[in-house]
Amino acid sequence: MNIEAKLGLDVFQIDSEQSHILIDQEVCQSRCTIRYCLHVCPADLYDLNENGEMTVDYEGCLECGTCYVACREDALEWHYPRAGYGVQYRFG
Amino acid sequence: MDKVEVVIVGAGLAGLSAAYVLADAGVEVLVVERGDFPGSKNVSGGRLYLEPVRAYLPGLFDEAPFERQVVKERLTMLTSESSVTVELASDRFRSSPANSVTVLRARFDQWLAEKASEKGAFIIPGYKVDDVWMEEGRVAGIRSNEDILQADVVIAADGVLSFIAEKAGMRECHQPRNVALGVKEIIELPEKRIQDLFGLKAGEGATQLFFGSITEGMMGGGFLYTNQTSLSLGMVISIHDLMQKHPTISPHDLFELFKKRPEIEVLISGGHSVEYSAHDVPEGGLKSIPRLYAGGLLVAGDAAGLCLNQGITLRGMDMAIVSGVLAGRAVLDARQKKDYTAESLGIYEKYLKGSSIYQDLSTFQHMPEILSNPRLFEKYPEVASELLLEIFRVDAQPKQKISRTVLRTISRELLKVDVLRDLWHMRKI
Repeated sequence: MNIEAKLGLDVFQIDSEQSHILIDQEVCQSRCTIRYCLHVCPADLYDLNENGEMTVDYEGCLECGTCYVACREDALEWHYPRAGYGVQYRFG
Repeated sequence: MDKVEVVIVGAGLAGLSAAYVLADAGVEVLVVERGDFPGSKNVSGGRLYLEPVRAYLPGLFDEAPFERQVVKERLTMLTSESSVTVELASDRFRSSPANSVTVLRARFDQWLAEKASEKGAFIIPGYKVDDVWMEEGRVAGIRSNEDILQADVVIAADGVLSFIAEKAGMRECHQPRNVALGVKEIIELPEKRIQDLFGLKAGEGATQLFFGSITEGMMGGGFLYTNQTSLSLGMVISIHDLMQKHPTISPHDLFELFKKRPEIEVLISGGHSVEYSAHDVPEGGLKSIPRLYAGGLLVAGDAAGLCLNQGITLRGMDMAIVSGVLAGRAVLDARQKKDYTAESLGIYEKYLKGSSIYQDLSTFQHMPEILSNPRLFEKYPEVASELLLEIFRVDAQPKQKISRTVLRTISRELLKVDVLRDLWHMRKI
């Protein structure tokens, strides 16, 4: 099963106004060379765009915090989504 | 500004257990939960050991909506082409009350929240806390957006990431070595099929843990728990090891490879995946426990790093419940003295240190180093399965004596410095 299909199993309340994960592009591009976030995210949400900037599809975030723990350069400002938003586990 | 006696951040097992104890004693207690309902943001493997918690909340769990009573334990060691399984089944596991049960958190946490509400606790879902509120150098409440809610004491039960503990200065930022990533799928199967697959009667459950080649040398393993009409199948991997892995592999891909193993495929075939979840697990053991108390603040459950991966048993939920109860008791003591200073609330740490969960964390404090040994996941499963293959197979050539096969394996594979060193380290556990 690919990751899109897997995330399709989950219930998300998408916050279309704001992302709960903010990336400091300056720090990300100038200080980080390894980019752990690209491969530790269990939802494969991180990617580099054509300008070499890190992007995150926060809408599919499972709220585990692994990227936050793995980012050694403090390039991520990571909060839980606002109340009422984010993933909603029906089984857990 | 509103004020209550106790604010608990997080309606998980630690928070709700604390709320239950406090409300039962007539304390005004508010539980704030960022999810839409208690359990909606919570994920566990999910097995709960009941013995460590029973005496703390007598009778409470008799009617709890558990999935199955665990009567069968399996431990499977995997190489790229073989697997060796140890299975333990015993009538002793069938005794009542149960030793351990499988749970699904969305259901279980809602039930516990109802029980705490019945005692008089107020549970407010859809409420996200942004920060602690400080007054005169001590925690005096919480802040959410511009709203401040004052309290005599705040209990941080906000899970493994615990921004509350971090903001209150109870610990440094998280270290990848102390945190593991858990991913899990809920796969629905008919009740009868689950029972047939594992040789169980109605209501009985099995658990299976997996380690070896599936984590490609990284610390971690796979797990499988039987629920009433589903399997909880997942993996836990050290974030540190995931970061250091070359070539890299995404946790999702690693999990998919695990699902394709013949040992797993046969169990999940015909099943329907209905949820994919991910959650971090505090795996640093004793040494990663933060400061547990400060003026106006206690930390409990995963937020306090109270988890124990003992390789064969994985514990967290029982520790969350016990620490929640003990936090509640500490608040009751402090309330009697009307003294919520760090000195007064420090009784929480004394209670915790006197509990069996803390003693277990202490006894097994070297477990994280032992389990971070890559030979455990690569070499040893390889040696064990090679030996068993030689013993079990019958080929065209005459077989050697079993004793000779065993001795040869020992002298060829195990009488080595690194292996002997591993054995020597194992004495610590």
